[in-house]
Amino acid sequence: MKKSVFIGALALAGVSGGMAAAGTLDDVKARGTLNCGVSTGLVGFAAPDANGEWQGFDVAVCRAVAAAVLGDASAVEFVPTTGKTRFTALASGEIDMLARNTTWTFSRDVDLKFEFVGVNYYDGQGFMVPAELGVSSAKDLDGATVCIQTGTTTELNLADFFRANGISYEPVPIETNAEAQPLYLEGACDVYTTDASGLAATRAAFEDPSAHVVLPEIISKEPLGPLVRHGDNEWGDIVRWTLNALITAEELGVTSDNVADKAAAADPATPEINRLLGTEGTLGEMLGLDAQWAVRALSVSGNYAEIFEDNIGESTAIGLARGLNASYTDGGLLYSPPFR
Amino acid sequence: MASITDPPSESFKLSQLLSDTRYRSYTFQFIALIALIAAFAYLLSNLFQNLAAAGLDISFGFLSEPAGYDINQRLIEYTSQSTHWRAAVVGVLNTLLVAVVGCFFATIIGVLVGVLRLSNNWIVSRLMSVYVEIFRNVPVLIWILIIMAVFVSVLPQPRDFRGEDASASMFLDMFAFTGRGFYLPRPYFTAEFAAGATGWLIVLALLVGSFFGARALSKWATDTQERTGDRPTTWYLTLAIWFVPLIIAMFVMGLAWEMPELKGFNFKGGIFARNSFIALTFALAIYTAAFIAENVRAGILAVSKGQTEAAASLGLRPNRIMSLVVLPQALRVIIPPLISQYLNLTKNSSLAIAVGYMDVTGTLGGITLNQTGRAIEAVLLLMLFYLTISLTISLLMNVYNNSIKLKER
Amino acid sequence: MSDTTTSFVRTEMLPEQEPPASQSGAIKWIRDNLFSDVLNSILTLIAIYIIFQIVTGVWPWISNGVWNTSSLAECREVLDGATGGCFSVLTERWNQLLFGFKYPPEEYWRPIVAFILLFAAAAPVMFIMFLPKKLLVFTAIYPFLAFWLIWGGTILTPVFAAVGLVVGYLVYANLVRNSFAAGFFGGIAAAFVTWWISGFITAAIGPDFMALEAVPSRDMGGFMLNMILGVVCVSLSLPIGIVLALGRQSDMPLIKWICVVFIEFIRGVPLITLLFVANVVLAYFFPPGSSIDLILRVIIMITAFSSAYIAEVIRGGLAALPKGQYEAADSLGLDYPQAMRLIILPQALKISIPGIVNVAVGLFKDTTLVSVISMFDLVGMIRGPILASTEWNGVYWELWSFAVVLFFVVCYGISQYSQWLERQLATDHR
Repeated sequence: MKKSVFIGALALAGVSGGMAAAGTLDDVKARGTLNCGVSTGLVGFAAPDANGEWQGFDVAVCRAVAAAVLGDASAVEFVPTTGKTRFTALASGEIDMLARNTTWTFSRDVDLKFEFVGVNYYDGQGFMVPAELGVSSAKDLDGATVCIQTGTTTELNLADFFRANGISYEPVPIETNAEAQPLYLEGACDVYTTDASGLAATRAAFEDPSAHVVLPEIISKEPLGPLVRHGDNEWGDIVRWTLNALITAEELGVTSDNVADKAAAADPATPEINRLLGTEGTLGEMLGLDAQWAVRALSVSGNYAEIFEDNIGESTAIGLARGLNASYTDGGLLYSPPFR
Repeated sequence: MASITDPPSESFKLSQLLSDTRYRSYTFQFIALIALIAAFAYLLSNLFQNLAAAGLDISFGFLSEPAGYDINQRLIEYTSQSTHWRAAVVGVLNTLLVAVVGCFFATIIGVLVGVLRLSNNWIVSRLMSVYVEIFRNVPVLIWILIIMAVFVSVLPQPRDFRGEDASASMFLDMFAFTGRGFYLPRPYFTAEFAAGATGWLIVLALLVGSFFGARALSKWATDTQERTGDRPTTWYLTLAIWFVPLIIAMFVMGLAWEMPELKGFNFKGGIFARNSFIALTFALAIYTAAFIAENVRAGILAVSKGQTEAAASLGLRPNRIMSLVVLPQALRVIIPPLISQYLNLTKNSSLAIAVGYMDVTGTLGGITLNQTGRAIEAVLLLMLFYLTISLTISLLMNVYNNSIKLKER
Repeated sequence: MSDTTTSFVRTEMLPEQEPPASQSGAIKWIRDNLFSDVLNSILTLIAIYIIFQIVTGVWPWISNGVWNTSSLAECREVLDGATGGCFSVLTERWNQLLFGFKYPPEEYWRPIVAFILLFAAAAPVMFIMFLPKKLLVFTAIYPFLAFWLIWGGTILTPVFAAVGLVVGYLVYANLVRNSFAAGFFGGIAAAFVTWWISGFITAAIGPDFMALEAVPSRDMGGFMLNMILGVVCVSLSLPIGIVLALGRQSDMPLIKWICVVFIEFIRGVPLITLLFVANVVLAYFFPPGSSIDLILRVIIMITAFSSAYIAEVIRGGLAALPKGQYEAADSLGLDYPQAMRLIILPQALKISIPGIVNVAVGLFKDTTLVSVISMFDLVGMIRGPILASTEWNGVYWELWSFAVVLFFVVCYGISQYSQWLERQLATDHR
């Protein structure tokens, strides 16, 4: 606050001339906190708990980056963003990275000038309907009233899907997931559509989840991932490789429990773990961080599998199966480039 | 020797720029101009620096690209393949629809409440005061959300109409009041020559004709009155002029009603007034009506009591006093604030976004902005639209104010 | 002549008789006020019916309300089918409704103290005719105190901000005798120099000097956010509004033109578009690398919005002054700043106070619009975290009634004050 007041004063005085934009990494280090854009509240992915602490799958990525860069997983300022504000917040520098179930698409990458650093969740758009309607396929939805979250790719997929199948529908656009919930529950719309993971999370928050079914059709590819601004590749690399470190750690069996042991001394039998944890090689320095960066990132909430299980996995209320999001060694799509 | 005093030399000193009132205003304006230019240059240079850093540019090319999304309420043809520009136009029309319907109801409710508030019926005037105070002192956004919540949670949903032992039923088998909106019967013409819009054009033409007919009739009555002193009774003729052609036309064109029917997930057929539209319009109308009622009351009170008494002493009956003496004078006071209330209602209609009504803020400033990421361009266009409406209405108001200005001697 | 005078007239008055029952007391009042003719009787009956419906509908809901359950399901269980409100959502989420969900709970006393002090600070201004002028000193201190209380951090920041203003004012007061312009610009320069120096002093003493736990603006929420936005924006927009109004009345065409364009532009667009600007556009206009947080951007836009409206109210006040006042000031040889400061503005502002209060009420109501741009004010809290939570899914009536009552109390209170003030001021003019 104080800093911004002074900047405002400087701006008024017209003193600040051509302030060269420093790299995001330097900004974050100077500020001491990471500004991370998250959704305004989607249980399991990013939502404040009863104490106002942000929890969730996307939140964990932010914390891992903060731990890697700043050494403190709590040095994150979570900025809730809606579908409307997320891209401007990132483009204008209000946030350093966006981890808000954002679908990686061509136009967002190329036209909006963002850099998707990877995929942390392979998703697809699905439909949820009350079980009592007895609908078994999305193709039966002719004439239905559909609640959609505006500003998302789901809105466009939906239009395409219904047009392609030659059936009609009545869209009810809604700004946030929180507002969609009561409308759907009260029956103001027959169908709620969003990413399948979001449907599961929403359904889990219902009083009686079993009264609602998620239809089998998945009508789109929705690779969700964190993103940063174009043009700052050093920062992009840090976020990308922090995410890759989480994925690789699962593959290599590094967990939050054993990361400290493994990082204590280099084990000649596992060279890639050594490189990852900085006991061998200089990967951390190449990133502009220190050797321990991945150790810190992994100590926060563990590797990808642990984060998944803690927040959205089958043991939680949301109960998502790994499915496509299993490591490639288990038949999923998660595949991190090697740490070398 | 007459010594001639030199006229004070006109040499210009720099300090005069500040101390001499002749030049000082130029100095200030010059400084202001420089400051203005500097401020703009500063902001714009920031803008371009930021945009360049983000690799973006400013372009309105997105307006001609396909929008890709659907809009539920569209007054003109629109599909997801139409352009963003067309989506914006659909939104503009939806805004205007809410504004016009909202102003209409706000005026009716407002005038009624304003007059009742002055009524000598104690309980009624108190009730109206309570209404005015409650609605004026709570944000309109809260009213919109409350009415929407009532709509969604209190009224039955289409699924409640289904089945043998449905918990809800249609009113008179013609109207369905559901949480998704009201379904009303839709009139249409069966005759071939009057299919579609043609029939309604014919109706419109008839109404215009009747209007001029009624005016001619009233002029004839006035002329007769001036000539003879007696005003011929014309009310039944007026009624006939208005209704006979219309009724005949309805028969000729074969008026029929399309009833809403429960089919599949929703009612089909008839006119569908969406819950978001009704909630928004109704909330704006009752909120603005509270302000209008105050204007009406102030306007009526502004007419001095002497006017009423003078009219009464001329032997005018109370309703003639109201229509001939009080109202014409009160209107002069009421109309300017009334128009600015209309303007407020139009601007407040941008809160449509809170209930998902697709007005121009929802299409251009909402989905288009989201999908294209063209925030600056979209917000700029949005502001221009509202500015155009405001300035147009202010212009009309100025014209009106000048036309009713008291012609003072 | 007889000395006995027989009087035809009673010497004492007859005792007054009671008026007939139909012409007095409650019956007459009822006849006159409720049933004077057919139409009135019908209206009365309709009104009574409406009141009856409302009371019988609302009363059991309130009297049967449940205040101490932890979720809607539990509350419905307690009610067991009977009509009644689940007011426990208010007790359970009380702090969230008032302070948002991120303000540290152990620091709640700070905004509460700031809120109570607000009355102490506002009273000298609101009742300026009854209270000693010296109390205005507290009003002047209040903004800095409130800033420190609500945002926390070291006390040095607000103290030096205040010192800067005082230094600026002293310089202004010394220089203004020579020329207003010199005083004005000198004062501003002095203030900036003081702030610049104080930056070093703060850095030297350290950020922990008499520090309260710092709370970032992002963590403000609930009704507190509405209050902060309302109070801050109205107080900031007053001086700006005065300047704009004077500018619009100015005979310097360029300055007039700038003010007219600004005022008409702001008044021509809905607040929500300005909030969009704050939300998605404004950040592009700040120098690269600076980050001005959302609440500050919103304050900038709302202040611009309300100053345009206040400028119009004050312009009305200026226009209502008799021309003689301007001419009298001129004939005394006062220059423009003196005339404005000593003659015109005190009178014009006095006339415009009711109008300004109305703008303030309107603005306070409009602060709820920030919920549309994902800020968690009272409305935002209700629509977002509370109604979407598993426990309280679908508790509309209780929450919205609470919001209605809260806003009604504040706004009605202020507008009653405004009417009282109007009566006070009206007597002065007669």
